[in-house]
Amino acid sequence: MTSNQVLSEIEYNVVGKRPLRPDGVDKVTGRARYGDDTNLTGMLRAKLLRSPHPHARIKSIDTSKAEAFPGVRAVVTAKDLPFAVLSKEELGGEYTALKFASDHMLASDKVLFKGHPVAAIAAVNAHVAESALALIEVDYEVLESVVDVREAMKDGAPLVHEDLRTNDMGETADKPSNIAMHMSYAMGDIEKGFAEADLVLEREYTTATVHQGYIEPHNTTAFWNSDGQLNIWTSTQGSFQVRGTVASVLRLPVSQVKVTPMEIGGGFGGKITAYLDAIAALLSKKAGAPVKALMTRTEVFEASGPAPASWMRVKIGVKNNGKMTAVETEIAMDAGAYPGSPAMQAIVCAFACYDVENGKVDGYDVVVNKPKTAAYRAPGSPQAAFAVESLIDEICGELKLDPIEFRLLNAAKEGTRRIEGLVARRIGLVECLEAARAHDHYKSKLSDNTGRGVACGYWPNRGFQSSVVMTVNFDGVVSLIMGSVDIGGTRASIAQQTAETLGIAYEDVKPTIVDTDSIGYTFITGGSRTSFATGLAAIDAAEDVKSQMISRAAKIWDTSEDDIEYVAGVVSHKSDEELKFSFKDLARQLATTGGTISGRSNVDPTGEGNGYAVHIVDVVVDADTGKTDVTRFTAIQDAGKAVHPSYVEGQMQGGAVQGIGWALNEEYFFDDTGKMMNPTFLDYRMPTSLDLPMIDTVIVEVANPGHPYGVRGVGEASIVPPMAAIGNAIHGATGNRMRSLPISPVRILEAGWENGKS
Amino acid sequence: MPGVTHVKTTLNDEPIDFLCEPRQSLLEVLRDVLGMTGTKEGCNDGNCGACTIILDGIIVDSCLVLGVEAEGKEITTIEGMASPEGLHPLQQSFLENAALQCGICTPGFLLAAKALLDAEPDADEGRIRHWLAGNLCRCTGYDKIIRAVLQVSTAK
Repeated sequence: MTSNQVLSEIEYNVVGKRPLRPDGVDKVTGRARYGDDTNLTGMLRAKLLRSPHPHARIKSIDTSKAEAFPGVRAVVTAKDLPFAVLSKEELGGEYTALKFASDHMLASDKVLFKGHPVAAIAAVNAHVAESALALIEVDYEVLESVVDVREAMKDGAPLVHEDLRTNDMGETADKPSNIAMHMSYAMGDIEKGFAEADLVLEREYTTATVHQGYIEPHNTTAFWNSDGQLNIWTSTQGSFQVRGTVASVLRLPVSQVKVTPMEIGGGFGGKITAYLDAIAALLSKKAGAPVKALMTRTEVFEASGPAPASWMRVKIGVKNNGKMTAVETEIAMDAGAYPGSPAMQAIVCAFACYDVENGKVDGYDVVVNKPKTAAYRAPGSPQAAFAVESLIDEICGELKLDPIEFRLLNAAKEGTRRIEGLVARRIGLVECLEAARAHDHYKSKLSDNTGRGVACGYWPNRGFQSSVVMTVNFDGVVSLIMGSVDIGGTRASIAQQTAETLGIAYEDVKPTIVDTDSIGYTFITGGSRTSFATGLAAIDAAEDVKSQMISRAAKIWDTSEDDIEYVAGVVSHKSDEELKFSFKDLARQLATTGGTISGRSNVDPTGEGNGYAVHIVDVVVDADTGKTDVTRFTAIQDAGKAVHPSYVEGQMQGGAVQGIGWALNEEYFFDDTGKMMNPTFLDYRMPTSLDLPMIDTVIVEVANPGHPYGVRGVGEASIVPPMAAIGNAIHGATGNRMRSLPISPVRILEAGWENGKS
Repeated sequence: MPGVTHVKTTLNDEPIDFLCEPRQSLLEVLRDVLGMTGTKEGCNDGNCGACTIILDGIIVDSCLVLGVEAEGKEITTIEGMASPEGLHPLQQSFLENAALQCGICTPGFLLAAKALLDAEPDADEGRIRHWLAGNLCRCTGYDKIIRAVLQVSTAK
């Protein structure tokens, strides 16, 4: 019954095939070197002292006993950061950004969340460092904390930052607030739109704080050499991002910092922020030795960057035939201790699946005494989709409309103007909905006690800068050098695009990911951008190789380049059939005709193709325990072009399952003051293999006009629909409409008791 | 500094000796004392399975075993799974089925799956899902991992 389909319109030689990944053998034999596998001569281990309080003023820190502890080589606090000695006047407009970045790494005046670092120790081993942490004396004045996003927005709420003033569409408010930013967009005539509707529904939704849950904890190794050069080996989605953060906080020119990205054990957006690198660097400088730091799992939960909890109000007006006339939402997201929640992305994504004339969206970025949130796969969009797609299901129920037909009637398509003003280019939502409608899953009969839900999801996908260099070896194998970290198969997908463009075999491209000194600036692996943007750089660099190969053939044949063509890996004379080189034959001539050839490209593309997904899910709910079992799941997504369909399916399945966890189980439990009560994998329960069915996939391919092979990027849209799809299925199974995530067994039982349905 | 203990054990069919502190976990010994970094640390509290090894034929989380407890036992780690002749069929199947994305959980899954198929060569999907429930993967949604193990199982 389970299946994986690819709906391809265009076939290529290498793109769209499923070769083995180049780093595969190393990863199944344990030889791949992840961040924590780094071992340098004389390396010390670091441990961090973290605040036990969610909100407190630091009155004093005494590290003298820890410094005297045998085996301790260095101790640092916020006083060791350059920020401590820079004045507000010196920093000018940079002051707030640097204060936030520095304080986030090592708190200076206040701690703002439980787990906030206040000091760090480097010692001969981790046990010694940990023992010495207990000798650091910190005198705290505990302050009242604020945890809930709605509470934090109220006048009189405890202030996380005494001097933070709301940026309200560019205007700065005159009194301090926990609302860091308010954003608002509108189009059409919202009042007229709602007046025209036959049915207007308005509901509120909430979601809990959740974590990306990558299995590898954050880690770094830093060595600040006596020549001033700072070397960092770390696990990151963006080596240049780490370089930038470290250079900024330590006030170094970027070229003094070299970051080597090690293999990365999962990120999902959570490994963009550099938490440990600058601290390890400071310890290394003091100790004169390399320093490695590794977070515990509890530290990862309490002090890395989860995804925000949210509150959302959604109002939708529709005609009796299902045509939407007006939409409105207000979304408040908790940023954690420092501003920067994805509230903006949330309001942009909220209605991006629909073509509607009248709309208004408002987003609020709110600070609370919780860890600073970070990106998590399509940041902001899953929460918004949970609210919007749940309300649409409710509307379909009221009007007795098929949920896919409703969505097809209102679907965004090429030319649809979104509320923030962007006009959609060629997109594949309609094709995804049609694939869903045609799928065996959607047409299958529901068994007793089973509920079925559907939902859509959107992520814009990203472009940004990538740099690629490739060199032709004399045996015709191309060395492909890039700065994009491979988090789930992009060595393969970039090598495939390279091979396709050059007209050579996939096996004849050898991808390598290099440090920040060895390639041009490359933005993070994130935003579903790597196969698209780094792919474009590789294609462009391959074109550079092709033109140089033509030049070389012209030189060898003593003819004009205009007489030569490069087709499918063969360089030939247009008018003389005898003159012909295969790529390998010409490569063999390079050494004696002027040396090797290198192609290079630096791109900053803007032709990213928006990503859409549609999910269908069946659930069974146990009436006695409230436990939900997902019995069938189908994920449909427009990949533009699936470069390596197996890894595209993997992204779709992985995102869907993270969404299942978000929908049903995953949640930070906070006490009233903001202390996380479940910071282990035992109590923060992510889906296991036993909780799941196979995840069926349908890859839809509506080519992105901004990429030669039509690639859109696929990493994120798949986490957007599951929460609403599951909530809608639970409604189908139980009759209860669930408006808070997670839809845990206790919430299902409570809803049943309240509504008399279970 | 605490004293060290002399431990004699067998690692991937080779008899070896090592010195470790009594407080060091077998995971720490493997990674830091013996330099065998194929065994991964994901949680250090027995909940993720990334550090799964086979100890006297039984899969264990090496973070929950002390180094000194390895005395006289036989340890198999990921480094002992392939042979000079080539990859173990499970390793090959994981590659062919794209059963890994980031790869950090892969060594643990491979050893857990090996222990299952060594004992039950015909394990079916339900059995495999049950057996591997102690290993967390956050990238794949398990689908391709289950398929990779099924491909090696004789159950069809």
